[in-house]
Amino acid sequence: MTRRETRKQIHLGVHFPGVNNTTVWTDPRSGSQIDFASFEALARKAEEAKLDFFFLAEGLRLREHKGRIHDGDVVGRPDTLPVLAALAAVTERIGLVGTINTTFNEPFELARQFATLDILSGGRAAWNLVTSSDAFTGENFRRGGYLDHADRYTRAAEVVEVARDLWDSWDDDAVVADPATGTFLRDGAVRPFAHTGPQVDVRGTFTTPRGPQGHPVLFQAGDSSDGRDFAASTADVIFSMHSTFDDGRAFYEDVKGRLVARGRDRDSLKIIPATTVVVGDTDAEAQELAREIRRAQVPGHTAVAFVEQAWGRDLSDLDPDGPLPTQEPDDENQSITRGRARHGDPRRLVEQWRSLAETNRWSVRDLVVHLTSRGGFVGTPAHVADEIDRYVQEDASDGFILVPHLTPHGLDDVLDRVVPLLQERGAFRAEYEGPTLRDHLGLARPRVHQTVAL
Amino acid sequence: MPVHRTLHLGVDLTDAGAHPGAWRAGGSRPPRPFDPARLVDLVATAATGLLDFALFEDSFALQPRRGASYQGRLDAALVAARLAPRSHGIALVPAVDVTHTEPFHVAKAIQTIDHVSEGRAAWQVAWSTSPETAAAFGRRTAPDVVEALTEAEDAIEVAGRLWDSWEDDAEIRDVATHRYVDRDKLHYVDFEGVRFAVKGPSITPRSPQGRPPVVVVVDSPLSLDLAARRADVARVRVEDVDEAVQVRRTLRDTATDAGRRPDELRVLVDVVTVVGEDLRSAQERLDLLTELAAIDAEPGAAPVAGPFDGSLTHVGTALDLADLVAAWSAAGAADGFTIRPASLATDLAAVVHGTVPALQARGLFRTAYPGTTFRDTLGLTRPASRYATTTS
Repeated sequence: MTRRETRKQIHLGVHFPGVNNTTVWTDPRSGSQIDFASFEALARKAEEAKLDFFFLAEGLRLREHKGRIHDGDVVGRPDTLPVLAALAAVTERIGLVGTINTTFNEPFELARQFATLDILSGGRAAWNLVTSSDAFTGENFRRGGYLDHADRYTRAAEVVEVARDLWDSWDDDAVVADPATGTFLRDGAVRPFAHTGPQVDVRGTFTTPRGPQGHPVLFQAGDSSDGRDFAASTADVIFSMHSTFDDGRAFYEDVKGRLVARGRDRDSLKIIPATTVVVGDTDAEAQELAREIRRAQVPGHTAVAFVEQAWGRDLSDLDPDGPLPTQEPDDENQSITRGRARHGDPRRLVEQWRSLAETNRWSVRDLVVHLTSRGGFVGTPAHVADEIDRYVQEDASDGFILVPHLTPHGLDDVLDRVVPLLQERGAFRAEYEGPTLRDHLGLARPRVHQTVAL
Repeated sequence: MPVHRTLHLGVDLTDAGAHPGAWRAGGSRPPRPFDPARLVDLVATAATGLLDFALFEDSFALQPRRGASYQGRLDAALVAARLAPRSHGIALVPAVDVTHTEPFHVAKAIQTIDHVSEGRAAWQVAWSTSPETAAAFGRRTAPDVVEALTEAEDAIEVAGRLWDSWEDDAEIRDVATHRYVDRDKLHYVDFEGVRFAVKGPSITPRSPQGRPPVVVVVDSPLSLDLAARRADVARVRVEDVDEAVQVRRTLRDTATDAGRRPDELRVLVDVVTVVGEDLRSAQERLDLLTELAAIDAEPGAAPVAGPFDGSLTHVGTALDLADLVAAWSAAGAADGFTIRPASLATDLAAVVHGTVPALQARGLFRTAYPGTTFRDTLGLTRPASRYATTTS
C-alpha cells in the first residue's frame, strides 16, 4: 500500500435480511430466505466490495401473535453456524458473524463450534453473543425457562470466560504433526481445563485446536447499561441500534469511557450500529423511495399487531388507516406477542402515541411507520457517503452494519455506488490487508492466557 | 424393467484414516491435519468414485494419546457444512452427539446441511456414556448405555418430528392476504420424553430430503434394536461373512417386527482397507503404518490389541477388495460397505481408481449418481410430512 492511512477507517458489515418487518418479502424482487444461493449472493457481493463482515441473526422459536404463529413477516431461517461454515467455502476474506445465545448452549460446544468455524474459514469467525431468559423459547430446550432475567449477563460472562479458557487450553503451535519425529501434539501444549461457577461447572481436555484468530471476534448487542458494561469488559464489537448523530456521539463516548475505566485501549472495542441506507439519483428520489419502503415494511396488519402488543388486547377490527383505539390498554396481558419483548409501561406509552398521532393527524399505520423508523441514511450516493464518513470521523460510530430490505440484492446500490466513494476518500479499504476478521477490524490477536486447572 | 439395486459404498474420512499411523504416511506431502483444503480434495476424490457418502466421526473427548497417534477434532457438523457447497453427488454424514446436546439444535443443524447441500445430508446418531465427556460438558452425569440409547431414540423421534413440522408447501408468500406462511401447515411437535421436552416447530423449513437419512452404528444388541427401529442406514462391524449374514437378517427381522418394511433399511458393513499393488506390498504398507503409529514407543501408553478392533479388514489389492465386496453382497451379508481407508492419503484413491471400476465392470456399482439427493442414491423415497393432511 502506498497511501498513508491518516483517516480513521470505516468498518462495514452486511446483515442478511431476516425474520422481522425490515425485510419486504412482498416485493417481486424478493428472493428465497432459505436457499443457500441467497446467502452466497449477498456474502460474495459484500466481499467484492471489501466489507468487513457478513452477519446472521438467530431466533430459536417462531414468533407468535395472539396464540398463533405470526404469519405476516418472514418466517423461518436456516441454522446460523452451518450457513456460515458453508459460506466459508465460497468466500475468502469476509468475516462471518453468527448470533448465538448463551442461555440455551453450553460453553464446551460453543467453544468447539467457533474454533471450528475459525479454522474452516482461515480466521474469519465471530460470535454475536445474545442472551434470553424467556420460558417461551425455553420450551424448545432441555432446561426450559430456567434462567432468571437478572442472571442473563452473569451467565453470558461465565460462558465467555469458560469458552476463552478452552480456546487458550491449546497453544497456537500445539499441532506439530511432524511425520519425521512422530510428534503430533507438542508436549505440554494442550492443557486440561477446569471451571466451577454458579452457571458452569466443567473440567476436562478440549478437543479442538486454537483458531487462526486465537479467539473469534466477540460481538455484543446491547444498548442497556448492563449491556454496555458487559461489552466494555468483554466484547470486541458493540452492535447497537442506529441513532441520531448526537446520541451516537454520546453513546460512543460513554462506552469508550467504560473501556478506559477497565484498563482497555479505546480502539480495542468497535462500535458498529445497524443502519438502513436508501440511495437515489437525487435527494427527492431517495426520499420518495425510502417512504415507499417504509410503507411496504408496515402493511396494515403489521401496524395493527404492533398496536395490539402495546394495548395487550385483540384489536382485529381496528382500521389501520383510521385513528388509534379509544379503549385503554390491558396492563396485565404481557404475552399477546411472544418471541418479542413488550415495551415499557403501556399506559404511558399509549398516552405518548395518542399525542403524537393527534398532533400529526396520523392514522394507526402512519404512527407505526414513524415509531418503527430507525433513521438510517437516505440520499444521493455522495450524501450518504458524506454522512457515513462524518459519523465515523467525528466518533458517532466506528462504522455500520447495513441492513437491506430485500433478499439478497437489497444492498447492491450501496455496495456499488456508496462504498467506492468511501474508498476514494481513503476512509474505507480498497483491498483487504490481512486474511482474518481481526485484521479487518484492527483488533489485536489475543495471546494464550494460561489458567491453572485445579 | 426389473428393479436394479446397486451396492452402496460410503467412505469414512475421519482424521487421517483408520490407522493411527496414517498421518505420518503421506510421503513428501505435509499432513495438514486440520486444513479444510485437504478435506475438500478427499471429498472430490470420493465423488469421482461415485461413492454414496463421506462420513465424519466426532466426539467431545480428545482421542487418547497412543504412541504417535492423531489427536484433535473439528466439529463434524460444521465440517460437513463447509464441504457442501462445492461438492456434488456425494452425501455428507457427520456424527452428532445427542447425550449432551440439544435435540432442537441438532435437528436444525442437520436440516440446514441438507439445505446447503441441496439434499445430501445425513446424520450419524452418536451418544456418550463417558464420565470424562459428561464432566467436560458439565450439564449432567454420564448416563449408562441403556439410558443413553433410550435418549438417543427420543432424539431421533423429536428430530423426525421437527423435520416434518413444516409441511413442504408451508411457505406461500401470498401477497394478496399478506401471509408469508400458511400457519395451518406449521405444526407443534409437542414431544414429551423422560429427559427432555420440545415444543417446536423447527425454525427451519422442510429440507430437500424431507427427513435426512439417519445412520446408526451397531455395536451392541441395544444399538442393533435402535438401528432396526429407527435407522435408514445401519453400520455393522463384523469380521466374518456368516456372522454378517446373521446380523443383517436379525436387523431386517427386527425392523419387520417394529412394523417397518425391511427394504427401508440399508445394512452396511465397515471394511478397513489397506491396499497395495499385490498382497505383499499391502502387507508391507500395513507393517509400515504400524511402525509409524509407534504404539509401543511410549512407556505406559494405553495398550491396544490392534488398530482395527472388530472391523472387517482387507489387506490386499484393489481388485481383491472388489471380489470381497461382491462375495459378501452375493451372500446376503450386506447392502454395501463403509470403506475405512487405513490411510486417506493413499487408500481412498486406490479404492476409487481400482475397486470402483472393477465393480462397475461387473454391473455391481453405479456409473452415475441416480439423482441429486442422498435418498436418491440410497434408493429411498422422500417421505411426506407426518403432519400433512392433504395428498394433493
